[in-house]
Amino acid sequence: MTELTLKINGEDVTADVEPRLSLADFVRDHRRLTGTHLGCEHGVCGACTVLMNGEPVRSCITFAVAADGTEITTIEGFDDDDPMTMLRQAFHENHALQCGYCTPGMLVAARDIVTRLPDADEDRVRLELAGNLCRCTGYVGIVNAILSVIEKRQA
Amino acid sequence: MKSAKFDHQRMVTLEEAVAALGSADGEARIMGGGQSLGPMMNLRLAQPDLLIDLSRVGGLDGIEVAGDTIRIGARVTHARIEDGAVPGVTGAYMQFVASGISYRSVRNRGTIGGSVAHADPSADWPSALLALGGDVVIAGQDGERRMPLDGFQIGPFATGLGFEEILTGFELPTLGEGAKCGYYKVNRKPGEFADAIGAVVIGSAPRVVCGATEAAPFRVVAAEERLAAGAAEISVADARDMIAAQDPGFDDYDLQIHAVALSRAVGRAFA
Repeated sequence: MTELTLKINGEDVTADVEPRLSLADFVRDHRRLTGTHLGCEHGVCGACTVLMNGEPVRSCITFAVAADGTEITTIEGFDDDDPMTMLRQAFHENHALQCGYCTPGMLVAARDIVTRLPDADEDRVRLELAGNLCRCTGYVGIVNAILSVIEKRQA
Repeated sequence: MKSAKFDHQRMVTLEEAVAALGSADGEARIMGGGQSLGPMMNLRLAQPDLLIDLSRVGGLDGIEVAGDTIRIGARVTHARIEDGAVPGVTGAYMQFVASGISYRSVRNRGTIGGSVAHADPSADWPSALLALGGDVVIAGQDGERRMPLDGFQIGPFATGLGFEEILTGFELPTLGEGAKCGYYKVNRKPGEFADAIGAVVIGSAPRVVCGATEAAPFRVVAAEERLAAGAAEISVADARDMIAAQDPGFDDYDLQIHAVALSRAVGRAFA
């Protein structure tokens, strides 16, 4: 077992974990933050994307011990976040989800796109979304939602 | 899809990490960002007994220009390179390569040193850096040594690193303003591991690499000679012959996609 100290959604957390525990399993099973979803568990599908020190990372291929000393934000930690508030509303209005499995990771990736690439056009948004698989929507609603937030933020 | 059990040691100094490799009981693996090793461990293709974590070791994430050389620390992430942290013409080439590696959430953690030490033949840096040329910097019990990138990778997942050595960085050439670079990756979806790679850097002399093979990436001698003689393009048909001449053991499909990658990389260099 290895001791782990980190901040999750603003809360200080200390735990004793097995080294092989993934960050995703740590937040889901040990912290009961089940908004983070696990799809492929080898870094391809993007459902498990969370923020580590403000940047999106794959929590399924990041061991919990590697998150020691970092600040993690899961989908539950964005209540007061302006870009995420806009994205939540835009996903709702544009029908950017159906089953919802990809949505937590999709929103974290979308937040990265609108904040890091404030001038992204449709091609760039689609390129950036290559790392997040959605098998319901065909991406049209998701792309439109993200583009609408980019447009609002430019205004 | 969960990793097998392993012990984890978080290192603070490089000396400590080298010593840990030397005294490990069973298989020990170095981990930087863990974006290649992590998936392989989840798939249980890799089952190390000990993971030596370099994320706290200082001095491995620098980028500095010293004369005609750029020193890049092993733990520099793909995302930093994508965002332009490496200066000059060398940096612009590396920026393009980095932007095509996997996805942003992987690039935020994956490191250039980890990629080259891991030596997956389908990864981008082993081919892209071989085209640049330069040295790999290695730490071991007897201190620091250098190995040329030429010959560093000897096969799939196999390099010139000794069992008790750690890749700490690279010394790459600073390309002049007139240098030309082209990189082309064949894959079905952006960010995937490559099915074929063509990498071309024309600095003091042309260097042309055929990558994403079943072994190590290799330099295509005939293509380098053609470019050195002043050619500004290489047709797919010629690229097929040039690659086949080095007997990489490709079937017809592999030969075709590698020839296309090489030809298009040359095209990008002269675009």
